[in-house]
Amino acid sequence: MLALETEKTASLGFRVSIDSGTSTLFVVGRLDVHTTGGVWQKALRVIEESHPDRFVVDASGVTYCDGAGIALLLKLQDRQRSAGGSFAIVSLREVFHRLLDLYGNIPVTESAQGTPTRLSFVEQVGRVSLEVGHNLRTLVAFTGQLTVTLFRAAAHPHHVRWRDMWHAAELAGVNAIPIVALIGFLLGLIMAFQSAIPMRRFGADIFVANLIGLSMLRELGPLVTAILLAGRSGSAFAAELGTMKVREEIDALSTMGLDPVRFLVVPRVLAAVTMTPLLTIFANLFGLIGGAVVMISLGYPLVTYGNQLLSAVHMGDLISGLSKSLAFGLVVAGVGCLRGLQTTTGASAVGESTTSAVVSGIILIAILDGVFAVLFYSLGI
Amino acid sequence: MASPTEDVLIRVEHFTAAYQGSVVIDDISFEVYPGEVFVILGGSGSGKSTLLKHMIGLFEPVSGAILIDGDDMVTAGGDTRARILTKFGVMYQQGALFGSMTLRENVRLPLEEFTDLPDEAMNLIADMKLKLVGLDAFATYMPSEISGGMQKRAAIARAMALDPLILFLDEPSAGLDPITSAELDQLILRLARSLRITFVVVSHELPSIYAIADRVIMLDKRVKKIVAMGPPQELRDKSTNTWVRQFFNREASAEATG
Repeated sequence: MLALETEKTASLGFRVSIDSGTSTLFVVGRLDVHTTGGVWQKALRVIEESHPDRFVVDASGVTYCDGAGIALLLKLQDRQRSAGGSFAIVSLREVFHRLLDLYGNIPVTESAQGTPTRLSFVEQVGRVSLEVGHNLRTLVAFTGQLTVTLFRAAAHPHHVRWRDMWHAAELAGVNAIPIVALIGFLLGLIMAFQSAIPMRRFGADIFVANLIGLSMLRELGPLVTAILLAGRSGSAFAAELGTMKVREEIDALSTMGLDPVRFLVVPRVLAAVTMTPLLTIFANLFGLIGGAVVMISLGYPLVTYGNQLLSAVHMGDLISGLSKSLAFGLVVAGVGCLRGLQTTTGASAVGESTTSAVVSGIILIAILDGVFAVLFYSLGI
Repeated sequence: MASPTEDVLIRVEHFTAAYQGSVVIDDISFEVYPGEVFVILGGSGSGKSTLLKHMIGLFEPVSGAILIDGDDMVTAGGDTRARILTKFGVMYQQGALFGSMTLRENVRLPLEEFTDLPDEAMNLIADMKLKLVGLDAFATYMPSEISGGMQKRAAIARAMALDPLILFLDEPSAGLDPITSAELDQLILRLARSLRITFVVVSHELPSIYAIADRVIMLDKRVKKIVAMGPPQELRDKSTNTWVRQFFNREASAEATG
């Protein structure tokens, strides 16, 4: 008899002996969930390396055995039998035998079978394309449904749930004023400060007013407001509708004969479309105030800053910015509600919808902003 | 209890349903008669909630027809569908009350949307329905302020707002203690007997089924078909199907015991 190896892990030890075609694994100590992991691979390697006709586990020294220990025994049995040899467990205490009988019928699966099949690059591209196509189709269908419902709401204003609309307007609009004002102010202040230093070297620091005025009114005011709206209200709409979907409230509306789009989406979209231009005005105003603070600190009187601003920006700049913000509001609220209505089941579903609402919202804002830039350029606005 | 000789209120014909691409119910047919308490029974995963959701028009079947008071739910659109929807109310497993509204507002909602009743009439009707389910003292409470059993009763009140012919209940006893569950059973029986409302109930709670059901159908996920139909006591005592007997006698199947 030849002793090959002795392993000791915490309070578990094993020793292997090989004798004319029979390998015996002597297990001593606690074979439990904490100790089994340390000897798992080594125990399996005994079979692979010695290729015994008969493999015996001598469990006379096992003082404790739990599910993990039984799992190891089952795995050894499976490995040995699939290699064409015989397997036996000897001297396992009666109490642990009962555990072995309990788990004995469970088929042992190779870990390779458990891992999902790896998709090829082409398959992955195909799957992603299908998903994007499906998403686009849903978006177009929802846009159509929402447009029809909005027209119907315009034709029959008494069908709109105005109370819900005003409530949503308060949450998405009024309550957002402080954050919009703060971000607008900081944006104006930082932009003015960063541009004033290099421009001063050329004696052009008065033109900071032009820079702030045009960039805030035409571009940054609407954009920052829309992004804040997507993060703040688009996500809230998705979470709210998603929770309603999980709690079967959307199904309840449908079976009552009430259209969820008219009942839930229209008030929120109307609230966002009304509130976004108003919030943009606040962002613009506070951006200009931020610029004024820098200009005053540079020694320019407020009236000079004001006059320069009025000569640089026109009503068209303000209106083009506000018209963009209308569209941004529509898109953010629409996609937020769509993601909410698409919520599946399970604890993570609402979280996924919320994330998706913000990401889709911001992507759509960026695309729409590009479209507006080309449009305004073509129209000479 | 209604007899088969009376008119049929719901007729399901050659109905096949799939869930995520695999067939869960394969070509079943049955009828529900006016005024009866009809229970759809089956083990977990047998497709009983799926069947209910098809009957109330939330899902579209692979094939077959679902006739509710003569109109086919599957093919109906526009006005016909709207007419079918007014004929039934639904109580969902979790109640599905609107969390931003009080109980009275929840019950008022269908009245606001589908009637031109004056405000005070709607309030009165909502309070009457809440009184019927014993919740008149909680009319101004929000759903989150009442217990699970009360939420289910309020959901029944809302489902009854437009005095429907049929009430569909999805697992009314789920998550309730035995006493609350028994109270809900009493309420269902009272409404069925006094108002002649037809109930279609999805359940697998045996005490509740014995208490309320006039007839049951049993779905078996292995054959994807109805394996038994009739009064529950009769099925328990006389069924020749082993699985049906095991179900009614709460015996574990050979698979589970190994």
